[in-house]
Amino acid sequence: MFFRRENYTHPAFKEAALAMLPLATGISAWGLMTGVAMVKSGMSVVEALAMTFLVYAGSSQLASIPLIVAGAPIWVIWATGFCVNLRFVVFSLHLRPYLMHMPRWRRLVNGYLTADMSYAMFTRRFPTPGTTPERKREEEAFLSGNYFVTWTSWMTASVIGIVLGNLVPTSWGLGFAGVLCLVGILASLANTPLRKLAAVIAGAAAVAAYALPLKLNIVVAITVAVAVSFWLERRAPAATQEPA
Amino acid sequence: MRGTDFWTLAVIVGLAGVSVLTRCFFFILDRPWTLPAWADRALQYAPVAALAGVVAPEVVMSAGQLVPTWQDARLFAAPVGALLFYWRRSVLLTIAGGMAVYLPLHLGLGW
Repeated sequence: MFFRRENYTHPAFKEAALAMLPLATGISAWGLMTGVAMVKSGMSVVEALAMTFLVYAGSSQLASIPLIVAGAPIWVIWATGFCVNLRFVVFSLHLRPYLMHMPRWRRLVNGYLTADMSYAMFTRRFPTPGTTPERKREEEAFLSGNYFVTWTSWMTASVIGIVLGNLVPTSWGLGFAGVLCLVGILASLANTPLRKLAAVIAGAAAVAAYALPLKLNIVVAITVAVAVSFWLERRAPAATQEPA
Repeated sequence: MRGTDFWTLAVIVGLAGVSVLTRCFFFILDRPWTLPAWADRALQYAPVAALAGVVAPEVVMSAGQLVPTWQDARLFAAPVGALLFYWRRSVLLTIAGGMAVYLPLHLGLGW
């Protein structure tokens, strides 16, 4: 955690912060757009601020906005947030050996603050978990330096977006930037032929089942796409290969 | 803009819990455990399916219907954004380029 003295005074903290700094512009731009998208979609300023500071997950926030506005049932919104965040479940399996020596509350704080960029940079810097206490301290300091920059730039930009969002007329359609952000994440996840197919099937199913009540079309889309991809996986194993 | 209501705040607090749960999934408990094989494989496709399920209606539908005309700025901005991503692997470029297509069509031509 970046507020622990033993972390922010460690040289690895500064090293990580400096390495993350070039990415801060991208994170800020995304945070700004998410802030604007939240207030333009009809959330109040208090709700948008609460979401920024508590949820701290851009794609999950953007995916839940249309569901909240449409008054979808709470479990559908949470389940959608969970599915959009599933990549983090995979990351947590990878991070487990780096964190298990800590007490649970420190594991949870470190895990909560580690988003995509921090995970990617941290595991690139430390390909294998350390075995000595000094190395473990260095790892936590580095991770803290990483997410100190991502957290700060995300929060600052989101708050600016929330404040400025109300100055921009809704008719300009700036909320569409949020959809484009999801398009970008979607494209980054669709990196095998079968995952591309899953995206196409889910998109078509969500449109075809749109008339269902309670936004169940999204649940239908996930179920159909997962089932078909799952079935095809055994018939065409080559389609699951990620590009090198 | 609506007022703040209790239901939305409850949704937000729950989503914060989802953030903690997903990011810490495998190190919340002390004892080691692994996913069942079927869940491990579903994990491959669920995120991409969830996002596509949310995004597609936002691009091709309005007021619960498929858009009746091709003169809709979203139909051009979203594919351009996706192509830009495949070109440069940048979400930022996807947003900037997509909006550069969307805004002139939407504000200039009223699409």
